[in-house]
Amino acid sequence: MDTSLQQQPLLAVQGLTLQYRDGDRLFTANYRVSFDVLKADRFVVLGPSGCGKSTLLKSIGGFHKPAEGSILLRGTEVLAPGPDRAFVFQEFDQLLPWKTVRANIEFALTAGARLAPPDAAERASHFLARVGLAEFADNYPHTLSGGMKQRVAIARALAMEPAILLMDEPFAALDALTREKMQDELLQLWDEHRFTLLFVTHSIPEAIRVGNRILLLSAHPGQVRAELDSPGSDTPDADGVLLSARIHELLFGAGGSDD
Amino acid sequence: MTEPVRRPPIINEIKTHEFAVIQVPRSRWRKLWDSGTFRKTLLLAVLVLLWELYARALGNPLLFPTFTATVGALFKSIASGEIPRAAVTTLALLFKGYTAGLVLAGLLTAVASMTRLGADILETLTAMFNPLPSIALLPLALLWFGLGEGSIIFVLIHAVLWAAALNTYTGFRSVSPTLTLVGRNYALSRAGFVLHILIPGAFPSILAGMKIGWAFAWRTLIAAELVFGVSSGKGGLGWYIYQSKNQLEIPEVFAGLLTVILFGLFVENLVFRVIEKRTVRRWGMAH
Repeated sequence: MDTSLQQQPLLAVQGLTLQYRDGDRLFTANYRVSFDVLKADRFVVLGPSGCGKSTLLKSIGGFHKPAEGSILLRGTEVLAPGPDRAFVFQEFDQLLPWKTVRANIEFALTAGARLAPPDAAERASHFLARVGLAEFADNYPHTLSGGMKQRVAIARALAMEPAILLMDEPFAALDALTREKMQDELLQLWDEHRFTLLFVTHSIPEAIRVGNRILLLSAHPGQVRAELDSPGSDTPDADGVLLSARIHELLFGAGGSDD
Repeated sequence: MTEPVRRPPIINEIKTHEFAVIQVPRSRWRKLWDSGTFRKTLLLAVLVLLWELYARALGNPLLFPTFTATVGALFKSIASGEIPRAAVTTLALLFKGYTAGLVLAGLLTAVASMTRLGADILETLTAMFNPLPSIALLPLALLWFGLGEGSIIFVLIHAVLWAAALNTYTGFRSVSPTLTLVGRNYALSRAGFVLHILIPGAFPSILAGMKIGWAFAWRTLIAAELVFGVSSGKGGLGWYIYQSKNQLEIPEVFAGLLTVILFGLFVENLVFRVIEKRTVRRWGMAH
């Protein structure tokens, strides 16, 4: 592929301000946020609570209309939700309880007649095997553990073959051991499929581990504090400062926020 | 294989903070439009306007009187005391039947949620009787309880009981197992468990049952009065409608129907809406 084409951002967020209203009060969740996500990026949005990271992700998903600025996916403005941006949410109840694991994935593919049922079945089986849940294909979601449910949600999102995969703190409700395992599995899946990932988290270690690029948002309202590369592990930079320490200082240190 | 592209870091100094929440008053129109009461009043006004226009175009007061004629008849009948008297009779009966139905539904559900046999009883009885129109029981009720209030209250109970019991029971069973565990963890007594966990947990369904029961009770009562007329010398709204029709006072027929509708609107928008606002909406169990 032409390198200049590859450099073109897959997702371009430009001067995005997100607001919502509650009666006579106007909340600004994000203020003039800009960033570019390139193809095959594992782009992490990191920030404390109140930095509007979930609102930002919902807006990229097309659920929330910007007050200012624009979101361009492959050069086209995002105006409505669509299957080219597959979501994995934090909540375990994102699977439809009335469908089996396999049917949950198949439905995501056949809904809107994007895929014929035989193809959907084949792709569902493939991705269920990829996340190690082939044996549980005919189970109903309530019989699975939290981590398994999240794996199904990831398999479902990957099977949809979206332009970008949007993950909203997908491992936040899991126990620490499962979380680490899930992070590894996600990286392994990425290694195999090279999808583009936009991952929201409030955990600095998770951001460093999962991301190759980290966007730091300040709080009240969310503004871009910094954007850094991550080598995938918490390593010191040229000045001997650990990446996690640097991020911490940028977010909470004297030079950053005043709280 | 596509490798992620390395990029230089970007660092911004953030100079302005804490403007996440600002007061922006809504325009007067927006404020009005945000009020459900306003929107619904507007909707009613449009319906009334359509009614008036259609009735005028038709020009046949014997078939379809205008809204103004109906309101005129309504005020006349209110002034003469005819509609208030009929409404009081109807409401008194309705209240007795509805309350008795709800109390019985509560008892039945309590038994059903405590024992397996009780659950069987509830499931079987509701399956048998819920589809049975209450008004179909009226001839039998007249035979058993005579021409008085008794037979009407009997059919009202039948109208309310099964719908309310079925909904409450379904609600009880759909209370989250986690909340059930929490309640048991607090070592609540059986009554305490029902009162503090089951009833609030099932309240969306209970409320739905109360609403359905209320609507069933109204229709049954008006229908019963239409069929059966005066009970113990006092006619209700159904009887008022029936009699007005016999005398070809069609605006009065409409005024009677309008009264029934107004009571329906009142109860839905004031009574049930307020209960909903103070309970399931405040608790975030309904949106």
